[in-house]
Amino acid sequence: MVEPEITPELVESHGLTDDEYQRIQKLLGRSPNYTELGVFSVMWSEHCSYKNTRPLLKQFPTQGPGVLVGAGEENAGILDIGDGLAIAFKIESHNHPSAVEPFQGATTGVGGILRDIFTMGARPICAANSLRFGSLESAEVRRLFKGVVAGIGHYGNCFGVPTVAGEVAFDPSYEGNPLVNAFALGVLRHEQIARGAAKGVGNPVFYVGPATGRDGLAGAAFASQDLTEESAEQQRGAVQVGDPFMEKLLLEACLELLATGAVAGIQDMGAAGLTCSTCETAARGGTGIEIELNRVPQRSPGMSPYEIMLSESQERMLIIVHRGREDEVKRIFDKWDLPWAEVGFVTDSGRMVVRHEGRVVVDLPARELADEAPIYQRESRRPAYLDETESLTLDSLSLAADPGEVLPRLLAWPTIASKNWVYRQYDYTVRNGTALFPGSDAAVLRVKEDSLPGLVEGEAYDGSFPEKYLAISLDCNAVYVYLDPYEGGKLAVAEAARNLACSGAIPLGATDNLNYGNPHDPELFWQLKESVRGVAEACAFFQAPVTGGNVSLYNQNPGGAIDPTPVIGLVGQIEDEDAITSQWFKEEGDVILLLGNPVDQKDPLLGLGGSAYLQVIEGLKSGRPPRVCLEEEKQIADALRGWIGSGVVKSAHDCSEGGLAVALSEACFSEDHARQTPRFRGAQVALDPVAGVDAGAMLFGESQGRIIVTVERAFLPKVLGQAEILGVPLKEIGSVGGETLTIEYGEASYTWDLRSLHEAWWTSIERRLE
Amino acid sequence: MRFSVLQFPGANSDQDCLHAVRVLGHEARYLWHKESEIGGTDAVLVPGGFSYGDYLRAGAIARFSPIMQALVRFANEGGLVLGICNGFQILCEAGLLPGALIRNRELHFRCEHVFLKIANPETPFTRVAPDSGVIRVPIAHGEGCYFADQETLSRLTESRRILWQYCDQEGTPSEDANPNGSVQNIAGVCNEKGNVAGLMPHPERACEPVIGSAEGASVLESMIQTLSERGQH
Repeated sequence: MVEPEITPELVESHGLTDDEYQRIQKLLGRSPNYTELGVFSVMWSEHCSYKNTRPLLKQFPTQGPGVLVGAGEENAGILDIGDGLAIAFKIESHNHPSAVEPFQGATTGVGGILRDIFTMGARPICAANSLRFGSLESAEVRRLFKGVVAGIGHYGNCFGVPTVAGEVAFDPSYEGNPLVNAFALGVLRHEQIARGAAKGVGNPVFYVGPATGRDGLAGAAFASQDLTEESAEQQRGAVQVGDPFMEKLLLEACLELLATGAVAGIQDMGAAGLTCSTCETAARGGTGIEIELNRVPQRSPGMSPYEIMLSESQERMLIIVHRGREDEVKRIFDKWDLPWAEVGFVTDSGRMVVRHEGRVVVDLPARELADEAPIYQRESRRPAYLDETESLTLDSLSLAADPGEVLPRLLAWPTIASKNWVYRQYDYTVRNGTALFPGSDAAVLRVKEDSLPGLVEGEAYDGSFPEKYLAISLDCNAVYVYLDPYEGGKLAVAEAARNLACSGAIPLGATDNLNYGNPHDPELFWQLKESVRGVAEACAFFQAPVTGGNVSLYNQNPGGAIDPTPVIGLVGQIEDEDAITSQWFKEEGDVILLLGNPVDQKDPLLGLGGSAYLQVIEGLKSGRPPRVCLEEEKQIADALRGWIGSGVVKSAHDCSEGGLAVALSEACFSEDHARQTPRFRGAQVALDPVAGVDAGAMLFGESQGRIIVTVERAFLPKVLGQAEILGVPLKEIGSVGGETLTIEYGEASYTWDLRSLHEAWWTSIERRLE
Repeated sequence: MRFSVLQFPGANSDQDCLHAVRVLGHEARYLWHKESEIGGTDAVLVPGGFSYGDYLRAGAIARFSPIMQALVRFANEGGLVLGICNGFQILCEAGLLPGALIRNRELHFRCEHVFLKIANPETPFTRVAPDSGVIRVPIAHGEGCYFADQETLSRLTESRRILWQYCDQEGTPSEDANPNGSVQNIAGVCNEKGNVAGLMPHPERACEPVIGSAEGASVLESMIQTLSERGQH
């Protein structure tokens, strides 16, 4: 086969600029050949190199006493959870592939993140996801939504990992460019941490997993450009096909092999496949690597070196084995009926050398390729639209809608509505570890003996394993971020932290998925820059080190960019089983308390800026979002955890989209006991009038730092007394009981039938899909 | 008691079965699909998952594995065998149980807790049923719609071999309570001899209150009681 000549057009079509090409020529002292150009194009794409965002990401707090593997070191970060146990977790996007081919795009997103976890030597024990779509009024959006949900379910269900948490929001800005961010978490012992480094000169390099095909050619480069109709059409073939069965076998085989101690280094072939895994392992090991492509299992005949190196066929791993222990690889992979091939060896040359039919087709310096992509300080400029959105005042709003009618409309708004249509397609019970199912503020997972990589057999359960409980929440209100990137970034972290506190957990660490538009647009880059600053500040404040994550830029379609969406995945720990707390009311007669100030009176919009109320009722995506005071959030969370720990609190639910009235409603009816069997517990609530705050703002404003809590009446004096000592606002607002939700505010009183509110909330998404 | 849990490639509830048995105070081990003997074991669990990827039809490939030949012998000699979810599908494909499981009525994979009516409380799999005759356990399947021809259904009914039916909280097998379209709300059945049973829901995922329900334990406890009466331990 004759390789194409390197022309400026070819360089451009690989997403490399003239400057970048010259940098490559200088680095090599010659021009790259066609295969090498392909290798550079993926390694120096945003997806692999973070060339546009690296300076910003430096702001994240990455250190902490529990950090065992920090951000950027390996495929996923690792945190200590005590007793010699550790967790590996990470979130990653698969936005562009899902826009083109929703089912496969989503499956391979899940597959990729699971591999990142077991590459670290951890057994994945749960998955979660954060999704964004356009309006469900559009048939195309419905197609994407259904396809993505089915794809996530298919992969996780078959692989055997419970999909336990997530968020789904709908906004026209995601039309044509949905966001699919997949999260996974695994468990291992400290001494089981595996590394993605090519250590030991002379050690053999193995390729394991199914054969390489032409699918997913240069997916990383595809993810690093604007999505257009033309690019989507061209790239349909760039979407990989996922096989969760193969991945399950790969998981068990890799964990079994790692337990033998024969592995010197292991790295999954994700973005940029063989290219990325070979050059990154060599770069991390401070070594070189040499492989022979003829030995790589291939699905179709006549594949060129370029195609083999850039393929993103799924469920493959690169394993560096201690010399002399090759037979263990063969034995274990034969047992699992998985293909394997010895494809090369570790060298001391510092170079990544690839041969094809005996001929050298790539000879590049590994470290420079992996680590020396150009870094850009992009221009940023405060977006012009903010002048208009920030000028919104309360006086300009009519706020005339009857709160009695507003509540069911908000509950049926797809972003707020129950996501049962989604999560009931995910197996959230497999692995016997899910202690709090989807549908509460955070999911809670139990870490038990069989959460570890090795298989447990034999004797009866003796209870000696130090079981742990973890809480997971994925959050981002992108409308807030759009309206005030810095404040919105902080708000995303604060909401995740509040959700953890409601389940009884203290934050351990965070992973982030930064989804934005084209970084070459100064206004879009400003959104990125400002929101990262907010996220970093809040993560540092909550002592939640960021252990890794993913950046996805160029999320736009011809209609414009998406709302800036920094999704925060926060993982926390719950002291013991008794402290696990859910959001729904538990018993008639319990006292309902509001923890936090009922309304932020320093906010000129009283919490209505960027609110669901403005979007649904007034048709406005405008105003300054509510402010978050991190200090107050922390005080409230600490107080709540204290009460949960002492067994006083029976339920806790934070106020987010839709404000107090939506949160109260959810607490009344969100317990899903079984199929067709929701549990209803009414509430009678009376709120003290606040001067200048009308019912609409009180009921539906989204002032931050508010949590609805229930306690037994006998404990009321005790908690009120403690709140006063702690200096946190806590007020009795009502009691659990009855068949309705009633809220009195001053002279006005509103009563809703729980069954009809529940119906509006529970069936909203399903109805829109019919 | 000593349970064996079959381990097919792609099975993913094998660990759940093992965990449940151990939580109930008994021993369990895995039995690899390439093995050709069941060996010293009191009962066998065929776990859920996607054996061999379920590429042809759920459970259709697993039935040809060496361990399945051994399982058929074990069952013919009267050994207790319970197939759960994909394990139920495998037992049907292998001819150890009547009927077949086809795609859910709504075509979606469905995960949720359901109520099961113990339709016959006098079998080795149901004898420890609670007084209410109803247990709450999760389902998690895409192909769980039970189907059998009229003649088979009549035989099943006459011989009281329908063991579990989807029902509402009060124990009525209503249309609303049926999550997948199964004929007569059938969630699980047993063979003629009564020593092999299968069901789509996951009792092994409902053996501890911390994971939402402990009511599934009665299924395994029924097996344990039967075995101890037989003098096996």
